[in-house]
Amino acid sequence: MQWEVVVGLEVHTQLLTQSKLFSGASTTFGGMPNSQACAVDLALPGVLPVLNRGVVELAVKFGLAIDARINSPSIFARKNYFYPDLPKGYQISQFELPIVEGGHIKIKTGKSNEENEKIINITRAHLEEDAGKSLHEDFHGMTGIDLNRAGTPLLEIVSEPDMRSSSEAVAFAKTIHTLVRWLGISDGNMEEGSFRCDANVSIRRLGDEKLGTRREIKNLNSFRFLQQAIEAEVEFQKYTLETGGEIKQATVLFDSDKRETQVMRTKEDAHDYRYFPDPDLLPLIISPDWIEEIRASMVEPPDLCFSRFIDSKIDSNSKATYALSKYDASMLTADIDIANYFEKVVEIIGRKEAKLCANWVIGEVAARLNQDNKNIKASPVSPKQLAELILRICDGTISGKTAKDVFSTMWDGENHASADEIIKTKGLKQISNSDEITKLVDMILIDNPQQVADFCRGKEKAFNSLVGQVMKATKGKANPAQVNDILKERLNKKGQE
Amino acid sequence: MFNSSLNQLSTLLSTKKVSSVELTKDFLRNIEILNKEYNAFITVNEELSLDQARIADAMIASGEGNPLTGIPIAHKDIFCAKGWLTTCGSRMLSNFVSPYDAHVIELFNKAGTVNIGKTNMDEFAMGSSNETSFYGPVKNPWDILSVPGGSSGGSACAVAARMAPAATGTDTGGSIRQPASLCGVSGIKPTYGLVSRYGMIAFASSLDQGGPIAKSAADLALMLNVMVGFDARDSTSLQHENEDYTRDLERPIEGLRIGLPKEYFAEGLSDDVSRAVDAAVAEYSKLGAKIVEVSLPNTKLSIPVYYVLAPAEASSNLSRFDGVRYGHRSEEYTNLDDMYLKSRTQGFGAEVKRRILIGTYVLSHGYYDAYYIKAQKLRRLIAQDFTEAFKQCDIIMGPTSPSVAFDLGEKNNDPLQMYLSDAYTAAASLAGLPGMSIPVGFGKKSRPVGLHIIGNYFSEAKILNVANQFQQVTDWHTKMPDIKNSK
Repeated sequence: MQWEVVVGLEVHTQLLTQSKLFSGASTTFGGMPNSQACAVDLALPGVLPVLNRGVVELAVKFGLAIDARINSPSIFARKNYFYPDLPKGYQISQFELPIVEGGHIKIKTGKSNEENEKIINITRAHLEEDAGKSLHEDFHGMTGIDLNRAGTPLLEIVSEPDMRSSSEAVAFAKTIHTLVRWLGISDGNMEEGSFRCDANVSIRRLGDEKLGTRREIKNLNSFRFLQQAIEAEVEFQKYTLETGGEIKQATVLFDSDKRETQVMRTKEDAHDYRYFPDPDLLPLIISPDWIEEIRASMVEPPDLCFSRFIDSKIDSNSKATYALSKYDASMLTADIDIANYFEKVVEIIGRKEAKLCANWVIGEVAARLNQDNKNIKASPVSPKQLAELILRICDGTISGKTAKDVFSTMWDGENHASADEIIKTKGLKQISNSDEITKLVDMILIDNPQQVADFCRGKEKAFNSLVGQVMKATKGKANPAQVNDILKERLNKKGQE
Repeated sequence: MFNSSLNQLSTLLSTKKVSSVELTKDFLRNIEILNKEYNAFITVNEELSLDQARIADAMIASGEGNPLTGIPIAHKDIFCAKGWLTTCGSRMLSNFVSPYDAHVIELFNKAGTVNIGKTNMDEFAMGSSNETSFYGPVKNPWDILSVPGGSSGGSACAVAARMAPAATGTDTGGSIRQPASLCGVSGIKPTYGLVSRYGMIAFASSLDQGGPIAKSAADLALMLNVMVGFDARDSTSLQHENEDYTRDLERPIEGLRIGLPKEYFAEGLSDDVSRAVDAAVAEYSKLGAKIVEVSLPNTKLSIPVYYVLAPAEASSNLSRFDGVRYGHRSEEYTNLDDMYLKSRTQGFGAEVKRRILIGTYVLSHGYYDAYYIKAQKLRRLIAQDFTEAFKQCDIIMGPTSPSVAFDLGEKNNDPLQMYLSDAYTAAASLAGLPGMSIPVGFGKKSRPVGLHIIGNYFSEAKILNVANQFQQVTDWHTKMPDIKNSK
């Protein structure tokens, strides 16, 4: 039987603010337990929440970037339940009127990472506070509570059930991940729990209109687990339906070791959260002026940046275009810092060499970053250093191959030496003097009569061997194009002799 | 001295006729003698009080005194005060020493007043008789067989029995005005949002409002001058320009239009209260006020609406008392749910549990629209009644409470009868309007009767003016119960 998979995602992303959603305590990760929990976070008797304006701006940025409606007013509501790491006995969230409603994002699907585009609609995005952490180890049968995370601002982004496979779900999550980092509203750090997903999964017979019963997989904190969990869940649902069973609405957890989903609670024992508007907080009003102020402070969204990178039109009034391939553009716009790095390099060298710059950023730079597990912001080679290096390739001072060595020296060096300094100290300057090269070629030809003879008999391979000999003699510094030309010329002469 | 007004005490202090330390010791001695009988205070802490008195004396000596510097003030045990046991009248917080000051406490500290002790109250401010306190009922100084009203019963009793010159209270549905009425003292609940709720332990957030209880309108004005102020830590705190609440005290009230809502003089009002209120209104006529009949047609809805909304908010506000981080935790439990269950079962009294259950019910899936949403809509209608009425009058008057103080235990097993004590006060709370009670005579068994004065938003100065003009020509507010052992 043919089944269609239907997935909707809820993404919880921690917003990048100094202080918490409703208190002045710091949001820095990794402090001593409870060192970043003030009276409000501890929910002492009598304390009250006060909204952090900075959080509102970050949520509005997200809303504007996905073309959503910014609700004014939006309402904070209490979600009531008891848990030791939920100090107030309720979480302040948004229920009936979220700050962001509607909107959509484009995801790229298909194997080559760029083949197809699909629109995923966003239902809503709302602000809420995170809970603290229960620590079950190290307390000898008791539970420790760390409230450092309690009150940390989260944006919960809820999609429509628009995804039709685990890969689309992952593409969606990755696109959101890129977007929130790009906009600077979240660090998206998955290890620290700053970005986690819940997946609502159902299946239906291909061609059916009606959605199947869904089960929600909670708390997936990596793209790999997201993919595996949805696949495991789909397998479970297919098996259940094909063997005459019935799917019951439930919340499930993914066991990554067993690669299966396990029921946490069913609909019958679902909480009644008794949502109601928080009487401690006034309706949140966001004036059109404030929205415009926020819009003006926003960076170019990633999809527009991508379009610009592949665009070939030169319009002196608008921002630069580079006529790159879709592949190059998508690699460069995977992260705003990479895109910025690239643009800085091109700015120095000139748009004409954009492709060469892209190759370097996607190639050498990315490889070394990956190898050293570094973010491009922490790259030991600055855009200026890289640009100066690429310039030396363009003007023929060094070959592309030598440039890689210079780059490596630059990367490992501690003194931020410029390309020119390294070329000079290491004597890597390319020999482009044709007299010098001609002399050298003649010497090599005399020393290798066998190869010359082979070449004259039509053995092309002998030519490469001779080039190699010249390069070896110059320790790679000879301009390869010149060597080729001169060698050909001398050999032809020999052949005519 | 115990009968002195705040102004008189202020003069005694500033002219060095008495020091704050002496004054504080005198009141502490009075408390020591009387509190055994009246149970108005939960906590008295001589050391902390005298520390403040010494600071006040230094302030006065260096000429930095304010009008209330050095004067002992009793604070309802709902206000968090640093270093003080702050119980909210509950076993749940019977071990809670606050690490911080409420905004109201900060303001009184800044003014140089002395915290003379924390007053008894209905548990979490839920009650109209002070009988729901974990620390036992407060006795009404006019008749120790009767209740002092609630929830600020300890504060009203402390002022009536001269254990404190003035006190703070809070009012959610009548908790300042009703005990003031039953104890024969004056009390005002300001416009919602004027007094910060930061550090005031929440009962029903959209209704809770702090205010003073004192012997006269003039004293209340001085107290309000300290208590009112914008506080960024309370999102519902109003950025209202600072006022001098004493400014209009002496203004004549000739031509004042007093509205008497016909619904406040209907069935349910006892004759003795009615007589005293009528006499007070007649006194106002003599002062040149014009009496007009007005209507607040939705008055009957105020108790049902209040008892949906207040418990709904309370059920959520009280969730933080779970035995995890502070407060009462059961000594024995088998697992997490059991710890919650036992700690909350032991920590809360019957009335608090009843309201948590009501609140949980009205917020539940399937009932929310029928109760909570409906009540919110009716709340707006109740507020509109006042808007309409204030088109015809400047001030509204009526009885504060349908009857004089009832006997201890009389309504204990009849929550509905108890809830009706707030029949006249709850509406102003729901509308967020300022309301006041002043003593205007005595009823059955010589128990005091209070006159309820409701003004429009931000009309505190006018209400105080209206009350003060009455107190200039009458002496009900100077009457004092017959207190044994007291000077």
